[in-house]
Amino acid sequence: MKNDAVVKHNTAKVSSSYRVRLFNRYQLITGWRFFVFFIAAVVLIPVGVVISSLFSPAGDIWQHLLETTLPGLLTNTFWLALGVVAGTSLLGVSLAWFTAIYEFPGRKFFSWALLLPFAIPAYVTAFVMLGIFDFTGPIQTTLRNWSGSDLPWFPDIRSRMGVIIVMTLAFYPYVYLLARNAFLTQGKRSLEAAQSLGYNRRQGFFYVTLPMARPWIAGGIMLALMETLADFGTVAVFNYDTFTTAIYKAWFSMFSLSAASQLASLLIIIVFILILLEQQLRAHMRYAETKRSQYASRIKLRGWRSWAVIGFVMVVLFFAFLLPVSQLVFWAVQSFSTGFDQRYAEFLWHSLLLATFAAFITCMVAIMLVYAARRHHDSVTRAAIRVATIGYALPGTVLAVGVFVPIAWLDARLSELAAQFFQVDTGLIIQGTLVTMLIAFMTRFLAVGHFPIDSAMQRITRNIDEAARGLGLSSITILRKIHIPVLQSGIFTAATLVFVDVMKEMPITLMTRPFGWDTLAVRIFEMTSEGEWEQAALPAVTLVLAGMIPIILFLRQTEK
Amino acid sequence: MNNPLLILSHIQHSYGEQTVVNDLSLTLEAGEIGCLLGPSGCGKTTVLRCIGGFESISGGEIVLKGVNVSNNHYAMPPEQRRIGMVFQDYALFPHLTVAANIDFGLHHLSRSARKLRVNELMQIVGLADVAKRYPHELSGGQQQRVALARALAPRPDLLLLDEPFSNLDVTLRERLSFEVRDILSDQKITAILVTHDQHEAFALADKIGVMDQGEIQQWDTAYNLYHRPVNRFVANFIGQGVFLPGKVLSSRQIEIELGVLPMKMLPQCLKETDLPFEDRKVDVLLRPDDIVYDDASPLRAVVIHKAFRGAEILYTLRLAKGGTVLSLVSSHHNHAIGEKIGIKLEVDHVVAFG
Repeated sequence: MKNDAVVKHNTAKVSSSYRVRLFNRYQLITGWRFFVFFIAAVVLIPVGVVISSLFSPAGDIWQHLLETTLPGLLTNTFWLALGVVAGTSLLGVSLAWFTAIYEFPGRKFFSWALLLPFAIPAYVTAFVMLGIFDFTGPIQTTLRNWSGSDLPWFPDIRSRMGVIIVMTLAFYPYVYLLARNAFLTQGKRSLEAAQSLGYNRRQGFFYVTLPMARPWIAGGIMLALMETLADFGTVAVFNYDTFTTAIYKAWFSMFSLSAASQLASLLIIIVFILILLEQQLRAHMRYAETKRSQYASRIKLRGWRSWAVIGFVMVVLFFAFLLPVSQLVFWAVQSFSTGFDQRYAEFLWHSLLLATFAAFITCMVAIMLVYAARRHHDSVTRAAIRVATIGYALPGTVLAVGVFVPIAWLDARLSELAAQFFQVDTGLIIQGTLVTMLIAFMTRFLAVGHFPIDSAMQRITRNIDEAARGLGLSSITILRKIHIPVLQSGIFTAATLVFVDVMKEMPITLMTRPFGWDTLAVRIFEMTSEGEWEQAALPAVTLVLAGMIPIILFLRQTEK
Repeated sequence: MNNPLLILSHIQHSYGEQTVVNDLSLTLEAGEIGCLLGPSGCGKTTVLRCIGGFESISGGEIVLKGVNVSNNHYAMPPEQRRIGMVFQDYALFPHLTVAANIDFGLHHLSRSARKLRVNELMQIVGLADVAKRYPHELSGGQQQRVALARALAPRPDLLLLDEPFSNLDVTLRERLSFEVRDILSDQKITAILVTHDQHEAFALADKIGVMDQGEIQQWDTAYNLYHRPVNRFVANFIGQGVFLPGKVLSSRQIEIELGVLPMKMLPQCLKETDLPFEDRKVDVLLRPDDIVYDDASPLRAVVIHKAFRGAEILYTLRLAKGGTVLSLVSSHHNHAIGEKIGIKLEVDHVVAFG
């Protein structure tokens, strides 16, 4: 297909440019473009299905929801979102500021160590914290034994505050990462400009650096917020009802797909508002330069200030990473003899298999999208690709509903047809296979896979292709000698990121897996629902180890 | 007696093990425009940042308006120095309009005074019609003017310019440097400029310090840097020219391949030792304008390279014994490579190094 186009392009160049134009117009609906539209449709169908349920007659479901769960869900979601926004921005911005502008002992180590919480899925931090600080946990038990009485003053971790703290610890790295990037690229410079105009450092921070970094900080907060809205595992462990748990319950406890759809449609509207806001922010970011300032000199902190900063960073690191991980390891060792068995091997195998398949499919699709964008750089194709990669924002529970509904419909039509024409009862064909899951995963993680491959492709400019062709290389040779070597690291990164994300993913796996097809994440969900923290530890440690891989990749990339 | 506005005496700055600025001294009178000129990595920007207070010094002292602002155990914070700075990349605040950027340093004034001052500056730099725009909506030249206006607004005692034109294209660079020169002298601004471009330095500065390896090699006017360089580095860095081997005949004469040069005064390198002058081997600097085209001259040289420059042609010529010299000739005298042309020496001031 591609070669054909090249040959035709070359002959056209000789004869007339008119034919080239004709040829391109013919391409409008075929080949690469068709593929892009197809993928965009695959992503849009679940969204459309979920949103359309808002308008379909739902009878008394709305009434029922309004009278029972909805007000509580909205309140819970609102306070959770507000709390996480406040928490992550406070932690993320302050940590980013300290590590980007100041010099203090251990600064280099802390700047990357503060990303480590990314390795722990939020639901793992959640159950570990519950295990440690709950009524029956080691802290309260020890305190009770020590004081010989109950502890009425001890804050209840199974509370709104508890969820907010756990999610803040899990999601602050988003804000940290983006704010730090802003401060590193423009912080010191803007501060100096302000100082040369008579502002001291503190005024400079509040009047210049912070306002300048606003788009980045807001972008980080937005990501943290999307994660919060999409989160299922954490709120499930805490029994803190939000839309995601309500969707899950509507589906599995009430067996009401339509109630689940209704709830999903509300959640998706909230998410879409956030997406729109985020796109606006990105446009703002483009205005500012992102060159690193050439002077690496940092402001040296001395005396108590230095100790205060180190202390603060250590406290965050301790609660966000050190404490959960050591407790996990402790439990994992304790339960190793019972936990490390045939079933664990099965969970692990399922997780790996699923992640491998999903990574492979997602990367293939991403590569095709990237090549499509290279061949057709018109606005329609670009818009379609944007749509195709919007899934990152869709909560897993919503996506599960959105993918399941059309597949169930398709299954019903297929078995009808089979019954009508072949007089056989096929039962369910697609439902209950891995296909449903893989489609949902591809939809959800296509952006994750698309970005690294697309960035790698940006390095091969059109001029490089033309230079190579000018040197007499055929398109196959160009692909082999230029594209593949340049793209392979991007593809590798993309595959790794998708792989790890799929391993950690909980709600889609939970809601669309074939019966009995349990993975590590599912195992964690089941054990933690019963408060069996020790039994969940070994799978959780496995996921944390997998979660370290993208962080290592990221650090190696940024150090270059 | 007027005190100099700025005195750097024996300042020292190290970055880890590496000494970036080494025992550097200079003084600048009020109203003067000084320039630090040198190749990249010579430490010139560091000196500027030390003056601004963004870097600390490990030795020596910086005195601004009679106040010691930096020494090895004290550094006055930048915001208290009353020093304006134009950054290389302008460092304009992207979230503020042009007017707000200029207004930024006027926080100590009343609202009406601020407005007046902002308007005045926008007139001076010719930006009145883009006051409401944001930095990213401006051209490079306009951004440069905003940066200048912003730095000038609080009426600093000293203005620092860090490679202010390096992000602009060549034609704009020249026009703007003259414009800036006029604005600075109109406003009686004392300024220090850092650049690697000698034309920029010549266009703007009263005094230029040629820097290498963290030291000022020569602190002088443009004319003297070109015609009386004190060492080989300055001679090579400023302008064009070649060195020809020469032999000292007496305290008044040096012989080179092209003939005997009369000396009005003794080159520095001969004063430094007590050895007799006679027969000392030296290298004599010949600028392209020291070699003059003359058809009648018996002295002949072969054209081995020519660079057409419009009004003139810069010829590279090979002499009989193999030495090469440069000659700047009116472009009416168009000769092909390989041709022999007549030349003669017209050296006003002999520059020679041992």
